[in-house]
Amino acid sequence: MAISDKDVTWVEEPEMTFWEALFVPAIIDGLRTTARHVTGYKSVTQQYPEQRPELPMNYRGVHRLNKDDAGRVKCVACMMCATACPAKCIDIVAAPAPKNEEWAGRDKYPATFVIDELKCIYCGMCEEACPVDAIELTHIYDLVGTSRQDLTYDKEKLLDVFEQTKNSGRDPIRTHMGRLGPASEFESLPPLGPATAVPTGDKAARGVSSGVISS
Amino acid sequence: MATVQVNGQDVTIGDGERLNCIQAAAKAGVEIPHYCWHKDLSVVASCRMCLVEMGDKKPDGTIAMQPKLVPGCQTPVKDGSVIITNSDKVKGAEAGTLEFLLLNHPLDCPVCDQAGECYLQDYSYKYGRAYSRMQEPKLQKADKDHIGDQITLFTDRCVMCTRCVRFTKEISGTSELQVVSRGNHAEIDVFPGEPCNNKLAGNVVDICPVGALCSKDFLYEQRVWWLKGANSVCPGCSTGCSIRIDQNKDVVYRLKPRENPQAQGSFMCDDGRFGWKYIQDEKRLRMPVVRTSGTPVEQAWDRVLPAVKAAIEESIKRDAGRFAAVLSPWMTVEEAFLLAKFVKSLSPDARLVMGPVAVVGEDDLYPKGLHGEAPAKPKFTIRAEKCPNRLGVELVLKHFEGEVISFADAMADVGLGRIESLFAVGGDPAGWVTPEQAAQLAGLRLFVVQDILASAASEKATFVLPGSAWAERDGTFINHNGLAQGIAKAVRGPGESRADSRILFDLAGRKGLVHIPTLRKEIGAEIPALAALAVGQLGETGVSITTSSVAVNGTGAGKPVGAAG
Repeated sequence: MAISDKDVTWVEEPEMTFWEALFVPAIIDGLRTTARHVTGYKSVTQQYPEQRPELPMNYRGVHRLNKDDAGRVKCVACMMCATACPAKCIDIVAAPAPKNEEWAGRDKYPATFVIDELKCIYCGMCEEACPVDAIELTHIYDLVGTSRQDLTYDKEKLLDVFEQTKNSGRDPIRTHMGRLGPASEFESLPPLGPATAVPTGDKAARGVSSGVISS
Repeated sequence: MATVQVNGQDVTIGDGERLNCIQAAAKAGVEIPHYCWHKDLSVVASCRMCLVEMGDKKPDGTIAMQPKLVPGCQTPVKDGSVIITNSDKVKGAEAGTLEFLLLNHPLDCPVCDQAGECYLQDYSYKYGRAYSRMQEPKLQKADKDHIGDQITLFTDRCVMCTRCVRFTKEISGTSELQVVSRGNHAEIDVFPGEPCNNKLAGNVVDICPVGALCSKDFLYEQRVWWLKGANSVCPGCSTGCSIRIDQNKDVVYRLKPRENPQAQGSFMCDDGRFGWKYIQDEKRLRMPVVRTSGTPVEQAWDRVLPAVKAAIEESIKRDAGRFAAVLSPWMTVEEAFLLAKFVKSLSPDARLVMGPVAVVGEDDLYPKGLHGEAPAKPKFTIRAEKCPNRLGVELVLKHFEGEVISFADAMADVGLGRIESLFAVGGDPAGWVTPEQAAQLAGLRLFVVQDILASAASEKATFVLPGSAWAERDGTFINHNGLAQGIAKAVRGPGESRADSRILFDLAGRKGLVHIPTLRKEIGAEIPALAALAVGQLGETGVSITTSSVAVNGTGAGKPVGAAG
């Protein structure tokens, strides 16, 4: 459709003043910028790999599998991470925990736990889905390998990443240091679901003893 | 006709229908949460989850409500009953009951196999309070791995609904499971040294509304939300239990019974539940094999099928009376029809033979009596006839052959040299041919075997066609009672194996793709005894072929139709 005449506004080019027509002030202005760059140069390029970047604390890099106090893998093989994973890069085979002293108190554990680091999109959903804080993303970003197999991390490799990073300062064990998460601690379950807000209208929620339920 | 009001909505209940509040509300589309009540078990009203407000409509139109909440499972409805499930009083009771039920529950959903199909989870979301005021440490009860060969008990997850206890008392009649101790120390247990190993034990896992009873076979194998189901029929015996095949990525993980009052009720036996492992066996046939002068050579389908077809045609042309096709009772009706029609179209003189019908022992009736004796009124029957479709194949044979020639007779004819060429369909995982019979058959001029597992016959046959197990194909099985039910493909078969219907469809030279509903219509139009199949889609619970058309008894294998309900 053609543009109608009433929608068109004609604008005239402003006329140059005398000093503008000389162009000398503009040249001087340009030279001043050049001189500033020559004298006060500050590089913004990071000299990687000699110089390492300062990553933000919530950077999401290579995964690790955390260990509990007893040195066992924290993971209980609930497969929430594999369910949450949008890239479908986590493959877990669960098994009943061995019936011995070492695995006392545990029902289920991951017989194998494999993450394809090449398929992973590092979104961190696995970390968020984990009910026992077993899987965490670390600051390691420069992973290299000569084959696809090298970057398919199995349980041993993921536990190794934990050993490498646990004391680095950049990757603290964020919650429940050394313990299993809330879902597996039956004795000390808080009286109130941690993520649940109690509705103020609920008569039953008004505490039987003071200080237990704060609405 | 009685009218019941559920949350202000009128529901009509048919004459002679005896419903409780839960069932009446379900008719109105209202769910009343419940744990201990089960359609097929006695009522104990112990979980208190189904408490509802109940009242009566008086003749003058006023409604008189009962002052207390009543358990919906235990309260029958009558004309004029009023049920209220959405009042604050009922909602408060539901939330309170759930809080009590969860007092000692470990909340270990991440490691619990029931998570995803757990009524504690579902009802907590819908009716629960999402927090607890319990300040004492939770009771921790030891897991009981010894409770059965196929089942294991996570004692602390139990909500003491006693469904499992009532099941072993009332359905299996074996009474292994008991409640021991009282109060919140109550536990499900077995008598020392008497584990729950009856043939219906697997059902207690299904009826357990929480994750207390788990199947050892399925334990930690998969999370249930990954499983994709296909409705099918158990082929273990001629009862034809309606089941669901749960699979993920072409691997079958478990079978679950579907409720079908016409077939078996709500349950299934452990023989069927755990007896499907052969479909993932190493011995499955994966490639078509052609055996020329003793050496087997694997060949592609598009070379084998024309060769088989030419060989069959050549045998029938030479002497049609000496050609026989063996139809297995493990075939679907459609497959039997395709094969029978193909053979008879080549020559009416070619013979159709019924494959061996395995009968093992006697029908196993439940609930068992005190000393294991059979009950007068069985609630569940595991049949002695260990094949799914004897009746359906027989009806096809009667139509095309006029009589049912038994496999034993056919073998006698082979011995006398009256049969020179044989096309045999197997399918029975327990084996359908003895090594002696196979050796005898190996001497034939043409011996084609279509089977799923390597056997004595497949090692001798001229052509071996790898067929599909029942979980890998579509079709129809007709059970002992004349109930035609659809089976559906849940997984793909191993290697190059193909659905039997497709093999026979291609062999018969039909054009297009196998479409089971269309085939059913064709069968229904052609075979009067199977006219009921003309509907095409059989639905979830199947279609009964009329009793008059199946009143004729079979070859003597199995029971007469209609006997032993």
